[in-house]
Amino acid sequence: MADARFKLISLHDSDNVLVALSAVGPGDVPLARGQILSLSAHVTLGHKVAARPISNGELVVKYGMPIGTATEDIPAGAHVHVHNIASRYTATHYRDEEAGLADE
Amino acid sequence: MSKTWQGYLRTDGRKGIRNTVAVVYLVECARFVADEITRAFRDQDVHLIGFPGCFPNDYAQHMMERLCTHPNVGGVLLVSLGCESFNRGKLAEVIEASGRPVETLVIQKTGGSAATIRSGQAQVKKTLAGIANVPRVEMTTQDLVVGTICGGSDGTSGISGNPAAGRAFDQLVAEGAACIFEETGELIGCEHIMAERAITPELGEALRETVAKAARYYDTLGYGSFAAGNATGGLSTIEEKSLGAYVKSGDAPISGIIKPGDIPPSGGLYLMDVVPDGEVRYGFPNIADNAEIVEMIASGAHMTLFVTGRGSVVGSALAPVIKICANPDTYEALSEDMDINAGAIISGTRDLDEVAEEILTAIHDTASGHHTASEAMGHQEFILTYKSFEPVGPACLPTK
Repeated sequence: MADARFKLISLHDSDNVLVALSAVGPGDVPLARGQILSLSAHVTLGHKVAARPISNGELVVKYGMPIGTATEDIPAGAHVHVHNIASRYTATHYRDEEAGLADE
Repeated sequence: MSKTWQGYLRTDGRKGIRNTVAVVYLVECARFVADEITRAFRDQDVHLIGFPGCFPNDYAQHMMERLCTHPNVGGVLLVSLGCESFNRGKLAEVIEASGRPVETLVIQKTGGSAATIRSGQAQVKKTLAGIANVPRVEMTTQDLVVGTICGGSDGTSGISGNPAAGRAFDQLVAEGAACIFEETGELIGCEHIMAERAITPELGEALRETVAKAARYYDTLGYGSFAAGNATGGLSTIEEKSLGAYVKSGDAPISGIIKPGDIPPSGGLYLMDVVPDGEVRYGFPNIADNAEIVEMIASGAHMTLFVTGRGSVVGSALAPVIKICANPDTYEALSEDMDINAGAIISGTRDLDEVAEEILTAIHDTASGHHTASEAMGHQEFILTYKSFEPVGPACLPTK
């Protein structure tokens, strides 16, 4: 697979999460527009990280649309997934060992 | 300019892209016999479909009538045990009225398994010979019904495969095809933006109600339309999965709502309402991806676009499945099972328009007779289970 120029992509200007285009982190990751985001975890393709701090109870926004509510304070650069956000419709069921949370 | 190709003209006027004999078991007890009949024709267009239940069900009856008179189907062999509740007589009448050859074998009256298998194989041979010279007819995109589903979704589905499929859908709708998207349980969270695309305000309201019905239904069941593998692939909530899935409907106005087995009245984009009406009965609306594909086919889909991130390998009986892989790593691992590498959008070697163009080319090639990856390997998955529906309301299909 050809290397993408940036490993984290913002899908919409109002998003507070970025999507990994390949396995990335932990550590400093360059973003478009010359910024650097320091990831606290290793995340794989398709997973999300916080673009900025997200407070407990705040909406998590991807594609410019809310995809759920933060269930704890999420620092910038943290993995955003089933362990720290919840659906506003129906609960998410997953198998712990396979949810892609190995590093957390 | 729209491409043309040679299809198969049925007596009822419908045009197919395949010339298949359907061997149909009418209860699980007849499946083995029907399967044995089909196996003798592995390299020919003879497909096994059926309904496992012994209790009657209007939905299953209607679906089976639609499937057996699908434009890709040239002839039918019904295999009954004999004592099941399925109304085989009515099914045979509907098939006959469509002008397709149909025979019914009742195992209890034919001398048991071995005799029915022999008799069934002779029957299929006769039907294949009989439909070999079915008239050919010119087809264009305007004649096509195309469905889209996604399965084994992950965080890549919504950023590569689904938007590319959506762009291909826009082009098909512009050229006059009827396009169908579905899985209202995976549109939860998108109802408001979707309603704005309806061609009338009443239809917009009906779209919102359809998703609200799905949310209530899944809430009662205690599970959303969300599998463990979705979370592994980075999706965290049903609304995140929904937003990714929604984009495969493209940007065209929404012309109507249909239910499984309803044929789109004209070209345009339609939402299929797949969640049963009334109180929760019979369990999950669609127990696996092939149940969705079967409903697309029952509504006349000549083929189905299937966007996958985690990597589904399925095809389908009766109508080809074009598999669009959203995830570049999955594509590398399962490339023989995939028709389109939409993951190239993520790895940066193709853009969205280029992949949409590849999808359109694959649609035309498939319509012209070229086998998709799953078809070439002999995949013919099929599931039909119990459901119940009310007919669509008057707001669902506004006249244009």
